[in-house]
Amino acid sequence: MSGDLTTRTSGGHPAAWPLGLAGVVLVIAGSFLSWSYDSSILGDLSINFYPGSLQILAIILAVLGLVLLLIEKGPLESRLGQWLDATLGLRALGLMLTLYMALVLIAISVESDGLINVNPGGYVSLVGAVLLLVGSRLLPLRQLRDLGQARLPGWFEILTIALMMAAILFAAAFALGLTEAWAFVLCLVFITGVITALFRTGVMSWFGHVAQRHKKVLTLAAFVVAFFFPFTQGGSDANMSIATQVLIFAATAMGLNIVVGLAGLLDLGYIAFLGSGAYVAAMLSESAFATIDWHPPFPVVVLIGACVAATLGLIIGSPTLRVSGDYLAIVTLGFGEIFRLAMFNLDGTNGPLLTNGPNGIPGIPELQIGNFNFGDEHTVAGLELGRFSNYYFLLLLLIGFVILVFARLNDSRIGRGWVAIREDEKAAEAMGVNVFGLKLLAFAVGAFLAGVAGTIKAHQDVAVSPDQYIFLESAFLLAAVVLGGMGTIAGVLLGATILKLLPEKLRFFSEYRLLLFGLLLVLMMRFRPEGLVASRRRQLEFHEEDEQLAVAVESKLAEEAK
Amino acid sequence: MTVTNEVRRPASAIGEPVLEASGVTMRFGGLLAVNNVNLTVREGEIVGLIGPNGAGKTTFFNCLTGLYKPTSGQVRFASVPKAAKKPASAGAVEPNQPTGALQPLPPKPRAVVRAGMARTFQNIRLFANMTALENVMVGRYCRTTAGPVTSVLRGPKFRREEAETRARAQELLEFVGLGRSAEHLARNMPYGDQRRLEIARALATDPKVVLLDEPTAGMNPQETRQASDLIFKIRDSGLSVVVIEHDMRFIFNLCDRVLCLVRGEALVEGTPGEVQSDPRVVEAYIGTGEDDDDDEAGPGGAHVQDTTVAEQEGKS
Ligand SMILES: Nc1ncnc2c1ncn2[C@@H]1O[C@H](COP(=O)(O)OP(=O)(O)O)[C@@H](O)[C@H]1O
Ligand SMILES: [Mg+2]
Repeated sequence: MSGDLTTRTSGGHPAAWPLGLAGVVLVIAGSFLSWSYDSSILGDLSINFYPGSLQILAIILAVLGLVLLLIEKGPLESRLGQWLDATLGLRALGLMLTLYMALVLIAISVESDGLINVNPGGYVSLVGAVLLLVGSRLLPLRQLRDLGQARLPGWFEILTIALMMAAILFAAAFALGLTEAWAFVLCLVFITGVITALFRTGVMSWFGHVAQRHKKVLTLAAFVVAFFFPFTQGGSDANMSIATQVLIFAATAMGLNIVVGLAGLLDLGYIAFLGSGAYVAAMLSESAFATIDWHPPFPVVVLIGACVAATLGLIIGSPTLRVSGDYLAIVTLGFGEIFRLAMFNLDGTNGPLLTNGPNGIPGIPELQIGNFNFGDEHTVAGLELGRFSNYYFLLLLLIGFVILVFARLNDSRIGRGWVAIREDEKAAEAMGVNVFGLKLLAFAVGAFLAGVAGTIKAHQDVAVSPDQYIFLESAFLLAAVVLGGMGTIAGVLLGATILKLLPEKLRFFSEYRLLLFGLLLVLMMRFRPEGLVASRRRQLEFHEEDEQLAVAVESKLAEEAK
Repeated sequence: MTVTNEVRRPASAIGEPVLEASGVTMRFGGLLAVNNVNLTVREGEIVGLIGPNGAGKTTFFNCLTGLYKPTSGQVRFASVPKAAKKPASAGAVEPNQPTGALQPLPPKPRAVVRAGMARTFQNIRLFANMTALENVMVGRYCRTTAGPVTSVLRGPKFRREEAETRARAQELLEFVGLGRSAEHLARNMPYGDQRRLEIARALATDPKVVLLDEPTAGMNPQETRQASDLIFKIRDSGLSVVVIEHDMRFIFNLCDRVLCLVRGEALVEGTPGEVQSDPRVVEAYIGTGEDDDDDEAGPGGAHVQDTTVAEQEGKS
């Protein structure tokens, strides 16, 4: 046991640790002083000894730094020092803290013209952050033990999951509560800082093992957190509106994930399936502009919308799935355009009157299931839940359903067939796998789920029109899947959240969003083609040569199988 | 060597024909890769297919398994009676039910597998990023039925079928001697194990005939011996085996009958002894390479060169 603890004595500088400690103290001290002369920006950072929320974030980062320093050398070393890589964590933390403070100063000078508005406290904290960064660079690296072997009592692991989820809920509520763009950006930097520090120390990899051991608990906790989110919003419609947008986007992206991530088919016209569901719901709704004079109850509409979308999927899929790769992408792209143009032209003059052409179908009434009207407000335990919260809960159900379908198909005979097709289509066919049928199935299931999402989206958006279902939307869905991690659940949820949330919260971001997302994707393809959260097998597919990775993945798969 | 050969052949195991190729011809543009080849494979028989590099052996295999549609000629295969779809029970490799009349081959490779013919590839084509167990489980695909709705709902039928698939796959891994490697990724396995895994995957489709394309290419003598033991074991469990091979000692030991292809044409067909001593075979082989000083070649036969190494990077 002590054999693998041999210290890598790459000679830490004797001043490193005190330097880091001084940095931490300065950051905290500076945060208690005033940062800004102007009290009207960034949620008031101008009062001495009364830290504003952004100052509290700096303090939290500094305290995290202090804990890591104590793991490095001090009371926590004997317990955690052999497991956690405090040095790497401190380096990441120092870097992010410095970035954070620099951005704070920039934000203050941009928001109220000039660096002149920065008060001494800001500089003190910046100097502290730089000291921490320098100190951490001088600390020695150490040999650590494999966190996969770390065992803590089960209740502690479950408690960690609960705390993690609570932190996510709190962070989401806090970040969404920030109205200023700069404050939001700073909050993102803070979150990124905490997460990278946790990754570098290895806490996250330990958490990964824990999550593996308590998969059910984690899933349940995630849904509980999502369920409680509306209650943190105090009836604020703005954020709940964004949240519903994110959810519907995420549910659609999860459906696309079956096509792209599991079956390995590139579909660039996926938005058309969402659109067909939405149009079906609109045409069958009670809207004055609805074109079909039949208004079945919503569950029936959902079924019809989903089946229409799935049928479209089969129609487009059966001739095209015989071509592969790039050709399939081009054909699906064309299909997306055909759908949009068809919706444009089914206006009574160029074709039968179904969609009102470019005007679309406005005035779609609120969803009504039984006696429950989704436009009504409800008060639960003294907390007000508005219209968007109603849709939010419905969408939560939808996304749960999509995830269920995704996970269960993935872990079945069908999922194995999809992997085999991705690995070697010819060999799969020669081993008796119904290649064409499975591809068509992926297409149809994906379309079905998008159709379901579409029927809800129509009511939530109140109107449908052709310009909602353009190619760009398909591209964004695909970007969410690729960015987050093809074939994973957590990754695609994360990718969808990032892609939908950022433009909604940051005006400047939405102006340049094509540029920024393009840049982001190029960087991802260069440095992490498997996405933020990597599916183990996908990771191997992207790194064919990496033998070490292959061995690591093998042991992880074996752990999962247990 | 010949003695062993005689001993290992069971007296009366060879039965009705299960696979019959008549006049199979395959043309690639101007190239006549396979020209009017006939072959009959009977139940419980091991048939060898030899011939120099580029003789058209793999192409002939592809015609047999429906991967290529022959330019002319016909392949007929014993049809599986409809009732033969009972789930596999104990016993490592199960032969299918009594063979029905010979029928023309179904048009798709997938349907050929369902009918009971499975194969391996000359250049290994495993699903590299799947574990050994998963590879074999994919082989069970055509013998299982769980659809998307069943898979999402996870009723008792689904769970039973999954458990059966898993158990059968594990059993087959043990049959080929890979029981301990179930959780290993195919790409991480040693070369010889990959070859055996490919055989296990083929066996998972419950075939009546297995076609092995150079199963010992690139193996050392010890692995080759294990491979021939494995092939005997497969035959003993009631299957027919057709095997392409370059290693003459290996094939003459193993097979009941040998067909020698040269430049797409069937040169000789007969017992190993007959083929081995046929001057045309010797000539065909010497024509493609030099004779060597192999002192272990069969008695009364010519020295035939082992072109295993040269063949390693052929196409399937
Ligand atoms: N798909 C193909 N297209 C064109 N020529 C082919 C194709 N497959 C095989 N051939 C040619 O057919 C001949 C026989 O090849 P093959 O069956 O692989 O020989 P063997 O397996 O006996 O070494 C070779 O000359 C090869 O180049
Ligand atoms: Mg060959």
